[in-house]
Amino acid sequence: MESNTTCLEVKQLELWYGNFQALRDISMAVPHNRITAIIGPSGCGKSSLLRCFNRMNDLIPGARVKGEVLFDGRNIYAADVDPTEVRYRIGMVFQKPNPFPKSVFENVAFGPRVNGITDNLAEVVEHALHRAALWDEVKDRLHKSAMELSGGQQQRLCIARALALEPEVILMDEPCSALDPVATLKIEDLMRNLAEEYTIIIVTHNMQQAARVSDMAAFMMMEEDRAGVLVEHGPTSQLFTNPKDKRTEDYITGRFG
Amino acid sequence: MRNGLTFYRHLKKRKLKGNILSLIFLGSTMVGTLVLIVLIVDVLRDGVGWLDWQFLTSFPSRKPEEAGLLSALFGTLWVMTLTALFSFPIGIGTAIYLEEYAPDNRLKRFIQTNINNLAGVPSIVYGLLGLSLFVQALAMGRSVLAGALTLTLMSLPVIIIAAQEAIRSVPEAHRLGAFALGASRWQVVRNIVLPSALPGILTGTILAMSRAIGEAAPMIAISALVYLTFIPSNPLDRFTVLPIQIFNWVSRPQEDFQHLAAAGIIVLLVVLLSMNAAAIFLRNRYQKRTEE
Amino acid sequence: MTSRYQSPSVASDGQALPSLRRRQNRLREAAIHRLLVACALVSIFTTVGIVVMLVVQAAGFFKEVSILEFFTGTRWTPLFDPQHFGVLPLLGGTFLTAAIAILVALPIGLASAIYLSEYAKDRVRRVLKPLLEILAGVPTVVYGYFALTFVTPLLQNIFPNMIVFNALSAGLVMGMMIIPMVSSLSEDAMVAVPRSLRNAAYGLGATRFEVATRVVMPAAVSGIVAACILALSRAVGETMIVAIAAGSTPKLTLNPLESIQTMTAYIVQISLGETPHGTVEYYTIFAVGLLLFIMTLLMNLIGQWFVRRYRQRY
Repeated sequence: MESNTTCLEVKQLELWYGNFQALRDISMAVPHNRITAIIGPSGCGKSSLLRCFNRMNDLIPGARVKGEVLFDGRNIYAADVDPTEVRYRIGMVFQKPNPFPKSVFENVAFGPRVNGITDNLAEVVEHALHRAALWDEVKDRLHKSAMELSGGQQQRLCIARALALEPEVILMDEPCSALDPVATLKIEDLMRNLAEEYTIIIVTHNMQQAARVSDMAAFMMMEEDRAGVLVEHGPTSQLFTNPKDKRTEDYITGRFG
Repeated sequence: MRNGLTFYRHLKKRKLKGNILSLIFLGSTMVGTLVLIVLIVDVLRDGVGWLDWQFLTSFPSRKPEEAGLLSALFGTLWVMTLTALFSFPIGIGTAIYLEEYAPDNRLKRFIQTNINNLAGVPSIVYGLLGLSLFVQALAMGRSVLAGALTLTLMSLPVIIIAAQEAIRSVPEAHRLGAFALGASRWQVVRNIVLPSALPGILTGTILAMSRAIGEAAPMIAISALVYLTFIPSNPLDRFTVLPIQIFNWVSRPQEDFQHLAAAGIIVLLVVLLSMNAAAIFLRNRYQKRTEE
Repeated sequence: MTSRYQSPSVASDGQALPSLRRRQNRLREAAIHRLLVACALVSIFTTVGIVVMLVVQAAGFFKEVSILEFFTGTRWTPLFDPQHFGVLPLLGGTFLTAAIAILVALPIGLASAIYLSEYAKDRVRRVLKPLLEILAGVPTVVYGYFALTFVTPLLQNIFPNMIVFNALSAGLVMGMMIIPMVSSLSEDAMVAVPRSLRNAAYGLGATRFEVATRVVMPAAVSGIVAACILALSRAVGETMIVAIAAGSTPKLTLNPLESIQTMTAYIVQISLGETPHGTVEYYTIFAVGLLLFIMTLLMNLIGQWFVRRYRQRY
């Protein structure tokens, strides 16, 4: 797929949890086959925004969304779109590794199985594990419990689990926050490799990580009523070296947050 | 998008399956409610015509139209009062000991496992215990006292477990705060733990009592099937209780006695419901007071 | 409730020596401690009492009847001549009714647990759960009445040759009685499954139904097993429904339309009569009671072990 075209486009997005407005007037474009990092102080709505991209907020009682998220030109919040389909095409990796209490193989096979892809399941699983750079470590224990893996291995397993569905986009919600530095580096390498084929959006509170891995960056903040807003977004190098907004500069240079 | 066609064909099937089964789940949840409604309607239809002042104020009789449950009503009152008197302090005492005093050792775990097991012992076994221990070995006879002690032993595990949960829900910080002011362990328990745990303990106790009121099996072992035409006047008198009287009527083949049983069930259910309502009322009132 | 006792002579008299007060406090603390230990010992003595009482009097039974006959005999006629003391018919009756009850309660209880934990909105749950609790709080003698006067006549429309006292309607009603137990124990286990696992499955495009059946249920399996075992134990020990509706003819049969007798119903039957103490007939109820106690104790221990397993896991 060609790069520099828009994969996901957010238009005037607002999000409420009950009476509490979590996101206000967010508009941004996410390019194809790039890594976009969402950064900002904790509580500013980074994760909430990420969860708007695959409609995970639908699962929270009282959550309401206004505005549009266009995926290949089609609004994923349109009435005729099934959230199941959105999540099938847009994969997600969570903050803490959350493998199912099943075998390594069954974890990766879960997505294909529920979506009715049962031909060549072994190949699909092996392929996904290869691409998550986990195959060599688990090929001899495919049918042992995934809970026995280390934290870093579990997180790569969760990435493999998402890859097995061949999604077009992968959302990562602070995927390294529960991991040690070595495991973190492995995941970051993996992300760079995956960016050749996938569009990746990562939420991180770690500025160095955003600078290391991302091509694009979006900086969010919380306004006085605690609603999250998008302050600025653009190429990572520009955002970090030459921010347009005073608030971005203050945050990056460590004056608050 | 990859595997597009397979996916969409499959998605339709998946959603259909999910929808059908969610209806089945909902239906199953309604079964319980439905049973409850049918049961209540059935009992009301059979018994409400027999429920009158005469029924409440007469002793049992061989003639159904003259029979009533006065002795059973007073028997239940007697047994429940004594049971509450015995089981409430012992139950709370045990719960306080386990939660606030006992060191976390083998003995405590043993007592705890033992209590969990006692909660699962069939009620008829408690009846056999009461029959051998209170009625015969301690020579209390088939008396109110023997019945109340038997129900006490049966209700204790339930009360203890409920009281433990209530005590456990008191935040540790409150205790530490009081200890830091030099309070002794008992002072902490009396002034900090018990006041905030009391609503939970009361609710648990009343629910345990209402379960005990409805128990027929252990009471039959203690009291046998008596035909009492007097109200017990002291704890060593013979007695009968509502569930025994109901069982007695149910076991007779004549249709009229079945109606008497239904009328008795209505009285029993009214007693139980008012106890539950009292539990909720007490809890709400107490919670309001502590918030002020 | 607790006494407001506060050693008044010291507390109200500000001039009391601190050291005296401290000593009084210490004495009071020690006395209270001993009192609380005594309370806790009541439960130990209850267990000891149950075991001793059952074993001693069952021994009186086994002096007259061999253990072999008790466990292998297929006839139970202690009240008639010739006397037979084979417990199998009572055991069979118990398992027949308990099995029917579990067959009813397991699917319905499990399905309602799934509904309550995965589907129901908070408002719906707040209405449905208390209703289930009421169902669990209905006295068993009421269920017995319901079985005999409502369910049996209903079933006789379907099985015209079914007799009044039968295992089927007692078992069915017993099943309804234990639905709330299966449901609330399984729901506890399902609610304990971490949110993150559900999110992971939703993130892979699973539907609510797939999340419930492929992620939540497998993860909660030990809690569900515990629910079944504890409910089975409850059904085995249940007395009044079977005493009222299942009959009093000990019979080794698998036909649910027949009249049978369970262990518990037998104990009730003897308790009602005037069987004289010290006779072998009288001791039978303790032998049967001991067997019942051991069976339910084992099931409860196994059930609690499974509960602990899922509690530890998360």
